[in-house]
Amino acid sequence: MPEIRNMTLNFGPQHPAAHGVLRLVLEMDGEVIERADPHIGLLHRGTEKLAESKPFNQSIGYMDRLDYVSMMCNEHAYVMAIERLLGITPPVRAQYIRVMFDEITRVLNHLMWLGAHGLDIGAMTIFLYCFREREDLMDCYETVSGTRMHATYYRPGGVYRDLPDRMPQYEASKWRSEKECRELNANRQGSMLDFIEDFAKRFPACVDEYETLLTDNRIWKQRTVDIGIVTPERAQALGFTGPMLRGSGIAWDLRKKQPYEVYADLDFDIPVGVNGDCYDRYLVRVEEMRQSARIISQCVQWLKANPGPVIINDHKLTPPSRGEMKGDMESLIHHFKLFTEGYCVPAGEAYAAVEHPKGEFGVYLVSDGANKPYRLKARAPGFAHLAAMNELATGHMLADVVAIIGTMDIVFGEIDR
Amino acid sequence: MISPAKAETLSGLLRERFGETLQDLIYDRGDVTAVLASADLLAVAAALRDEPAFSFKLLLDVSGVDYQTYGKADWTTHQATAGGFSRGVSKGVEDAENGAFPARFAVVYHLLSVQNNLRLRLKVFLPNDPPRLPTVSELWPSADWYEREAFDLFGILFEGHPDLRRLLTDYGFIGHPFRKDFPLEGYVEVRYDAEKQRVVYQPVSIENRTLVPRVIRNDVIKGH
Repeated sequence: MPEIRNMTLNFGPQHPAAHGVLRLVLEMDGEVIERADPHIGLLHRGTEKLAESKPFNQSIGYMDRLDYVSMMCNEHAYVMAIERLLGITPPVRAQYIRVMFDEITRVLNHLMWLGAHGLDIGAMTIFLYCFREREDLMDCYETVSGTRMHATYYRPGGVYRDLPDRMPQYEASKWRSEKECRELNANRQGSMLDFIEDFAKRFPACVDEYETLLTDNRIWKQRTVDIGIVTPERAQALGFTGPMLRGSGIAWDLRKKQPYEVYADLDFDIPVGVNGDCYDRYLVRVEEMRQSARIISQCVQWLKANPGPVIINDHKLTPPSRGEMKGDMESLIHHFKLFTEGYCVPAGEAYAAVEHPKGEFGVYLVSDGANKPYRLKARAPGFAHLAAMNELATGHMLADVVAIIGTMDIVFGEIDR
Repeated sequence: MISPAKAETLSGLLRERFGETLQDLIYDRGDVTAVLASADLLAVAAALRDEPAFSFKLLLDVSGVDYQTYGKADWTTHQATAGGFSRGVSKGVEDAENGAFPARFAVVYHLLSVQNNLRLRLKVFLPNDPPRLPTVSELWPSADWYEREAFDLFGILFEGHPDLRRLLTDYGFIGHPFRKDFPLEGYVEVRYDAEKQRVVYQPVSIENRTLVPRVIRNDVIKGH
């Protein structure tokens, strides 16, 4: 009789379902996982060490590159930590803009997650539907910051600039006729806020479409129901946050429980799961997208009615306008000092956390009074989730590992930092 | 971030329960920080997790801090008015007002209680060399990877940890890159060698330039 041994399988780092550069060493008995050992760090860039060598503002762009599918939420935590050390509060309009873009980012992230998760476990079509709406939100990013992904839009004291008055439009080309462009530009005639309002209005119907494809789909349910169950007690012990914690039935959301910016004034609900399996986490995230659309339309209403400054007017911390800088000596000096040396932040330490699409994203910042952070630690939600891989995957089949990676919403930029 | 009123209550409870065990208890910028000795860590941590007044069931984060160059700048700014600035960067100019920590390394824990809606930061200074302290991974399984990370990046030894391997750095990496005496550009770089037909390691060829010097100014705007 031949000797039967456990098999060790290398999953990744170049596997399409590994969501980037995850190397998973699986010890298997037949097709059943006995032990899963994730090897991470293949995307480690030393962001936290790099940040120690740069003035505070120059690291905002690095934060975008942590979780590179929810860019502005990362910036938000970092900028909030600096603001807490400096003891400043951004103007209310800036807070509304931040909340609106946090929610746009949440939708962006969940759309990316839904598309990729569907693709991983065999649903091809959903990917195309998700990316259709994602494109509109990417355009919002581009309109407001000039880049589609790495925005660097939030600044300590507010946001970089006010929302633009008009939305960029498609132009006719060799590949796109005048008529097509007119159709594409139909909702881009007004300001950016009009476009976002229109989006928030039509988005719930889009979510219905995704749900038609998946929620009652027999194959989708077979692949997700009762896979990777986490009890509420275990979810807490393992340090889960965000949809991973809410999927297990704990109604914990920083936007409600420890509100920051203007979340306390907005009306929205927190969905929670019951069973703590992959399917419940899917339902939680889908409902979060609907709630985000609600928050976005409330922000649009407020922003349309209340113009005002979007960044504090203290030129020790924020640059003076271009015009002032050209004509006024003091503004020129402020501008020069700010861009050559930056600003010094009082000594002390602060921890600022936001409800990131994936969970609690926190930034722990230690300052010794210099113009650069002394120590920066990014608390990435995905790190704690992936650490639980062994516990979640043990006893499941190999194909379920893919579903579990998907449900964790793994993005390596934030895990490896 | 918790409100001053809540922080007041939490500080009171902590003082009452742990008394002299706490070396320091600070409320600053929305966070309560309790400073502990490494010998007391496990007992305090277990109480914080299990007692209903605290029930910190979530360990959100463990991070190492290296205080070796705390308060050291690249330029003297205080006497600069008399002598003028030097154009070059001189490493490690001391600022007398900062510094003075009980040890070079510290480990910082961030705790969250979902039940009581509280946050707490624990801080443990590590006077030993190499720095060591007991693991909390028995209490909070989430500490497993966080402690591996702190070991990898700072060389802090967590006694009793089930599997203290490197986590983020390369296989076979030498040194602890987040220590302040580890250069930003590192010691080795990799490239593909066409003759040997494999990736080879070699000493770094790039030099680190300081584009913006690190300065400490005490006339910064405090509070608005």
